[in-house]
Amino acid sequence: MNNLKTFPKGGIHPDDSKEYTKDVPIRNAHMPSVAIIPMHQHMGKAAECIVEKGTHLREEMLIGRATGYFSANIHSSIPGIVTDIKEIYLPTGQLSQAVFVDLEGEFDRIGKSSNKQNWDQLSKKDLLDKIVDMGIVGLGGATFPTHIKYNLKKGNRVEYFIVNGAECEPFLTADHRLMIEKTDEIIEGIKIIKKILKPDNIIIGIEENKPDALSIMQRTITQNKLDIDVFPLKTKYPQGDEKQLLKSITGREVPSGGLPLDVGAVVSNVGTIFAIYEAVAYNKPLIERIVTITGSIVKNPGNFKVRIGTKIGELLEDCDGFLKPPSKVIAGGPMMGFAVYDLDTPVTKGMSGIIALSKRDTSPSAETSCIQCGRCVRVCPWSLYPTLLFKLIEHGRYEEAQNNGLFDCKECGCCSYICPARIPLVQGMKLGKLLLKKKV
Amino acid sequence: MKNESSLQITPAPHFHSGDSTAKIMWSVVLCLFPAAAWGVYNFGIEALFVLLVSINSAVITELIITTALGKKPTLLDGSAFLTGLLVGFNMPPSVPGFIPVLASVFAIAVVKHTFGGLGRNWMNPALAGRVFAMFCWTGDMTTWSAPLTLPDAFSGATPLKLGAAEFLKTGSYLDLFLGKIPGCIGEVSALLLLAGTVYLFIRKIITWEVPVSYIGTFIILTWVFGGLLPGSGFFHGDIIFHLLSGGLILGVFYMATDMVTSPMTPKGMLIFGAGCGFLTFLIRIFGGFPEGVSLAIIFMNIFVPLINRYTKPIKFGYAKDKNK
Repeated sequence: MNNLKTFPKGGIHPDDSKEYTKDVPIRNAHMPSVAIIPMHQHMGKAAECIVEKGTHLREEMLIGRATGYFSANIHSSIPGIVTDIKEIYLPTGQLSQAVFVDLEGEFDRIGKSSNKQNWDQLSKKDLLDKIVDMGIVGLGGATFPTHIKYNLKKGNRVEYFIVNGAECEPFLTADHRLMIEKTDEIIEGIKIIKKILKPDNIIIGIEENKPDALSIMQRTITQNKLDIDVFPLKTKYPQGDEKQLLKSITGREVPSGGLPLDVGAVVSNVGTIFAIYEAVAYNKPLIERIVTITGSIVKNPGNFKVRIGTKIGELLEDCDGFLKPPSKVIAGGPMMGFAVYDLDTPVTKGMSGIIALSKRDTSPSAETSCIQCGRCVRVCPWSLYPTLLFKLIEHGRYEEAQNNGLFDCKECGCCSYICPARIPLVQGMKLGKLLLKKKV
Repeated sequence: MKNESSLQITPAPHFHSGDSTAKIMWSVVLCLFPAAAWGVYNFGIEALFVLLVSINSAVITELIITTALGKKPTLLDGSAFLTGLLVGFNMPPSVPGFIPVLASVFAIAVVKHTFGGLGRNWMNPALAGRVFAMFCWTGDMTTWSAPLTLPDAFSGATPLKLGAAEFLKTGSYLDLFLGKIPGCIGEVSALLLLAGTVYLFIRKIITWEVPVSYIGTFIILTWVFGGLLPGSGFFHGDIIFHLLSGGLILGVFYMATDMVTSPMTPKGMLIFGAGCGFLTFLIRIFGGFPEGVSLAIIFMNIFVPLINRYTKPIKFGYAKDKNK
């Protein structure tokens, strides 16, 4: 296929390693006996905890209220008693208040027939309110609060609504399985969003390494005679980055520091769309998500429907543990995820995968000085000069780094991936940004 | 599941292409091996001696300097070995043994380490070693022994020194291509050098930009103006002769493409290659030396930081109103 859409500059072709789980249907993970639910699972401000130690919780009860506009609600993923409220470290290294819930009492939804709501009658505002109430955030990994993305200001016209089914991170197959198993639900989710955004065009972008997802999406759309386009995309990381995807599909380039809306587009991940469907059609808050648990050393890798707050270690037990001791366990994808040191770390809204890697998978090697090969410059999808930025940061010249586009770096990891000298370029960028923000 | 106390914490990404500096350097060494073997076959055991002396001097110098400065040992990364090998490649086979020693020491100690070691030198160390030796011991560096493969055909002058017309009286293009000619140890066999580059391209250790713009610029200029001095007028330069003789193939694919001393961006590489091609043409056709590759590349090395500065790509999201 030569009509594949892709972004023009940079990108890498890592081994996609999706074979472990791409044909494994989504299963329900074990219900956690203890859920650890952080108040800060999204971009923006942490939610305010509204329960106390000893409070009896029902399933899906609001336990964290959004603090202001740039925040999101948090709900209890299991019924039970609050045993503790304390600060924990998230995989990102961030401290967050977390509610510890001991499983107790009855589930309100499981095992009971739930009535599907007729959302046709709901107004655009009602739908947006529902998204706010149910704590929906972007499930692709960035966890940007969805209600902000969909809240159009006056004069904003949405020319393109783009459904992100690229799933470009190696190993992850959560979105892939969702598209195959929940096609109708995703399509209905798209209809809900269509009512909110009134876009001129709706386009679903899927990388070509998921031919089954491409064909089932296309078939469903054709059968229902819907005005939605399905675009196969070249398999290239980071195809699923919101702005690169937009560039791939429409050719439009979001200005530096801007949002897709600045060029008349809104992009949402298929996982988010499914969550919106459940929120609107079943009044269900975001208390579970699909997580790919995989890696070369996981005995029975798979895709799981997981309650938020479940410990990573418990999930690995659902996969029967490891073939040999892991060298790293990663929350998220291998390119942008975070290595965890504690298997009691809970699953959060943005965690699309848990990956156990052996030492061999990570191909470690000694760091040398930069040999000026220029590979980082070639692969950077943002056309930055990673090695220069790194050197500037190394020498404390943060302002110069900023002038050279430090804040345009999305930390996608292409530069570190390709660097033969094994320089931790992305880490340098993160550090530089942090220090610059502190100065201001 | 119990906590694994041995879990590693590293920043993302957790995946890597698997390449490393050492793999790159040793791959280049591997690619040079056929040409080195030919050099020894063509010029005899004294060529092997020169190669070994160069490599050993480079490696020992590197070891002494890194130890003296308290740096981490760097021998395994292969870069000193490669520099030594390339210094040897650029020596005439009959050169007195002290010259490759001093050339290697100069390359490693002065050109590489005074600027901070691996990756920080602004000039190609092996070429600097060659040029240093060339200017210090011009006589020894331009005394050529006849190839063992074709002993009767030539007596002590490289094809470039003879000129195309004179050379072709006794030799053929095929001799040039195969390397049955006098010259520096590693530069004579175009065939085997090119064979090595196939792997360099597959491994993406070199990219097309520098070789294509270098050779492109060079052959166009040579074709147009190369015939002027011999008197055959415009558009009569002997392209094949100039491509295959001297150190052009070695220079284009193994020296000009050196990662450290060539620009970072594709655009920069094109400019750099074109500059090398132009200067090589200028020195070879109109200059005082028969060979211009080394000087041309070293001269262009000086411009690399400048080229890098002015060929920065336009950042994503900064393009001027492409949207509407």
